[in-house]
Amino acid sequence: MMRGPLLRKIGGYAFAVVFIVAGWWLTALALNSPALPTPAETVQVLAENLEVLVPFFCTSAYRVIVSLVIGTALAVPIAQVCARSRVLDALFAPVLYLLYPIPKVVLLPILLVLLGLADAPKIVLISLTVFFQVLVAVRDAVRAVPESAVVSVRALGGSAWDEYRHVAIPATMPAVFTSLRIGVGTAIAVLFIAEAMAGSTGLGYFIMQSWSMVNYPRMFAGIIAMALLGVVLYAIFDLLERRLTRWR
Amino acid sequence: MEQRGAHIEFIHAGLVFEDGVERLRALRDLSISVSPGQSVALIGPSGCGKSTTLRLAAGMLAPTEGDVLVNGSPVAKPRKETALIPQDLGLLPWKTALQNAALGLIIRKVGKSQAHELAAAALAQVGLAGFEQSWPKELSGGMRQRLALARALAMDADLLLMDEPLSAVDALLRESLQDLLLDLWRERGHTQMLVTHSIEEAVFLGERILVFSSRPATLVADIANLRMGTAGWRDSAEFAALCNEVRAALALSHLPGNDEKAS
Repeated sequence: MMRGPLLRKIGGYAFAVVFIVAGWWLTALALNSPALPTPAETVQVLAENLEVLVPFFCTSAYRVIVSLVIGTALAVPIAQVCARSRVLDALFAPVLYLLYPIPKVVLLPILLVLLGLADAPKIVLISLTVFFQVLVAVRDAVRAVPESAVVSVRALGGSAWDEYRHVAIPATMPAVFTSLRIGVGTAIAVLFIAEAMAGSTGLGYFIMQSWSMVNYPRMFAGIIAMALLGVVLYAIFDLLERRLTRWR
Repeated sequence: MEQRGAHIEFIHAGLVFEDGVERLRALRDLSISVSPGQSVALIGPSGCGKSTTLRLAAGMLAPTEGDVLVNGSPVAKPRKETALIPQDLGLLPWKTALQNAALGLIIRKVGKSQAHELAAAALAQVGLAGFEQSWPKELSGGMRQRLALARALAMDADLLLMDEPLSAVDALLRESLQDLLLDLWRERGHTQMLVTHSIEEAVFLGERILVFSSRPATLVADIANLRMGTAGWRDSAEFAALCNEVRAALALSHLPGNDEKAS
């Protein structure tokens, strides 16, 4: 990468951070409420609670990453096969159409009854959320693949596997990463609700526990940690998307 | 280089498309023989079945009547030694120039390093050395045409089938690409079939010019072009005369009465 654009980019992020922190500071000063500590207080609390926070952060990160992997790993092949088969698509499109708009998070109570309070219900719930988002995006992307690309591989004597390998999979890569990048926000929201509702691990629990203890700075440290988790995952997918789709 | 083109025969070949509801006759009783190393231009009204003829020769379609033979045997599926350049060139936007040029070899299970080596040589042959890592979107129209040609060359094809490969470039560039096609053909001795809408292109690149009727396609003229490839051919009076001859045959092919509803 060129140096100029890179520096400009870093400058852009630096400005954004300053802007957000300043806004936060002003809001905190204006509200003057213990529920919204200033950035300075938060940094202090964050440093104090770092040791306690790290295991909670790791648990949450583990859950959301495993779920993203499972959801994607299931959605991509199903979407590829369905979108390329008229019969399967006719069969599953209505099912998908009906299930997609259901907020999967309402299934949480059922999952808690069935799977207990540990990792399983959270991972299943987030995987489900991710699964549908990726499924729909990839299905649409497969259908947008120009027929001429498939024909050109066939003209070269390519097998069905070659059509996947050289056309369907690379052509839908951008859709996978775009849907993951956008899906990270939803996934973390679902994670928060799941952890807040049940169990005694993860950042969601940490935040709600601090809230009930009326320890607002500690609560805010948890919120910052959760935000950080989102930002890091988003940045990773953004980077992967750019690297893998330079041809666009 | 030795003469090593493929021999193509259409023997009373016909093709009817059927999708349960409709029957569409694309080709009727087509008999042509293209001898090894010959360069043939196919010209005819739009939608007359020229592309279908090419796809039959490529083994992407099977005739519903008669036979299509390459080197004496029916082509049931795409041959390893046949290269088809489709009208849209068939480049994959997510592959670099080198990967696009190597695609035919990779699909044919040639090892990656060898495929890339051959592809790089083919790119150099069409004047694209230095553009190996470029994406198709970064190449100009003419460069993309060359890239599509490089893919065919890398495969070391004995039969090159081209479906209006030069239709998207401007006139001057088109002539330089035609020169390139001619040079490569003379150098390599492959058999080639070129579908074109341009009379000048047909006369410049076809040792034989096959004029097709409107659908269902039949052969209305088979014009020999003995001076093709000789020095100054494009600027000679004979070139212009032959263009007129082809133009006249083409006009005849448009006459009504040739159309036939599929039975």
